[in-house]
Amino acid sequence: MSLYVRRRIVNALGLALSMLATAFGLFWLGWLLWTLVAQGLPWIDLSVFSQPTPPPGDAGGLANAIVGSLLLTGSGIVIGTPIGILAGTYLSEFGRKTRFAAVVRFVNDILLSAPSIVIGVFVYELVVLRTGHFSGWAGSMALALIVIPIAVRTTEDMLCLVPVSLREAAAALGAPRWRVIFAVVYRASRAGILTGVLLAVARISGETAPLLFTALNNQFWSLDMGGALANLPVVIFQFAMSPYEDWQHLAWAGALLITGGILTLNIIARVLGRARNIE
Amino acid sequence: MAYDGSSARGRVDLRLTGSYKREQTVEGECARQGRVAEAGESAEQAACGSSATTCIEVRDLSFFYGRYQALQAINLELQARRVTAFIGPSGCGKSTLLRTFNRIYELYPGQYATGQILIDGNNILDKRQDLNLLRARVGMVFQKPTPFPMSIYDNIAFGVKLYQRLSRYDMDERVEWALRKAALWEEVKDKLKQSGTLLSGGQQQRLCLARAVAVKPEILLLDEPASALDPISTLKIEELIEELKGEYTIIIVTHNMQQAARVSDYTAFMYLGKLVEFAGTDTIFTRPREKETEDYITGRYG
Repeated sequence: MSLYVRRRIVNALGLALSMLATAFGLFWLGWLLWTLVAQGLPWIDLSVFSQPTPPPGDAGGLANAIVGSLLLTGSGIVIGTPIGILAGTYLSEFGRKTRFAAVVRFVNDILLSAPSIVIGVFVYELVVLRTGHFSGWAGSMALALIVIPIAVRTTEDMLCLVPVSLREAAAALGAPRWRVIFAVVYRASRAGILTGVLLAVARISGETAPLLFTALNNQFWSLDMGGALANLPVVIFQFAMSPYEDWQHLAWAGALLITGGILTLNIIARVLGRARNIE
Repeated sequence: MAYDGSSARGRVDLRLTGSYKREQTVEGECARQGRVAEAGESAEQAACGSSATTCIEVRDLSFFYGRYQALQAINLELQARRVTAFIGPSGCGKSTLLRTFNRIYELYPGQYATGQILIDGNNILDKRQDLNLLRARVGMVFQKPTPFPMSIYDNIAFGVKLYQRLSRYDMDERVEWALRKAALWEEVKDKLKQSGTLLSGGQQQRLCLARAVAVKPEILLLDEPASALDPISTLKIEELIEELKGEYTIIIVTHNMQQAARVSDYTAFMYLGKLVEFAGTDTIFTRPREKETEDYITGRYG
């Protein structure tokens, strides 16, 4: 067998295997989405968005859980993103080669892959036990702790992509360092950083474990971050495990909502990422 | 268009156009920070005080990347309002030398220079030298075009805003002035709001030149400004250098010896971190004193 023929066969084989692997992955994703839509869509109606979670047997919706999720996710992002971006900026702009930065980077990577339930237990220990009650703030704190390492990592990665020559060019005009970073470096990487933030939103909006220990759940309509707060993941968890059919239906509806939301965010992040490449 | 030049930093506009080189007036020269550039090399220095034609004086300059010494006790005097080219093989230290004039190397810990660099008699290597003010006087254009990710207009305004608070009208005027200086105005005047990164490579480089000029520096450092450009864009950059040298002291690092011969009045040949020879460009290219220079310009290495 000639070398050339062999190379063609190996090529065809490799191609076939990768396509098979892709199809395998897509199959499960497709199945999952299909199941969600099939099981969830029939139960999505106006009352899902307008009424709070019902007691078993009653009609109701997910309004309090949706709003709670938005509050928790929103405050988690608002708390976590600035810290993460600043730390990422430090790593990229000031500490590139220092030992301290290397340690921070290492610890951050550990935090990035820490099981979210550990973070939940940690905040439970730190906040819930001390204050004596579950609260939205504890929940957003746990979510922020998940956001921070993601933001640190994406910020550093994106800032490192900005060519050194751009920083030199700005400095050569006499711009002080902070101005170089804010006016030029951030601007050059803003789509990438925003993408990272969106992905962080997607990540935390489905987190259940840390919320079980912190925000827990609230059957009633509440906007009080100081008390237990309903949220979609925990409601889905609780309702899906329940024996009541109405609750199970609402759990499907909630799961579809979250998945749809995350999917949308991912698509937006992709589009933004592409816009950056074109620029 | 003659920009009226009433800048906060008190620079005086020369309103010079056309064949400036041999026709400048002594008053205009003296007004411009007391330096004179004479037509001939022999000085009529009396007009504005002593050593008036020297703009940059390098004394015993050594440069270190950590422990590695990249420049070995360089001594050099650069003339005001002239183009000086640094040539030499890769790694000879010509860019390193260029980067000491605005101390851009300070961005990197571990890099430092010893010796003195006098600009108008002030040692800019002095710790008390304000870096940003230094860089306002010494502009720089890099090898790769570096447009900022913002509009063409904002690219120009960025540097100006660091030093001056101009009214909208004055800023518009300054932007146009700078773009005209860089021969880019006609090409971009209808799309000033468009991102600077969408321009072609040659246009981007002229944008960078305009951006540097907009701050009204006295000295322009060009680090292989045309090496990433096609021949036509290169020609445009060279023509610009020819035009700008009436008003700016220009130092250009180039790998292209023809370019050095075309655009510069003086040429410094460097090799292995040392200044081998420095003389008028004609002399360097026709009657080099050193064997190494001759070998290099005749293409025996490099």
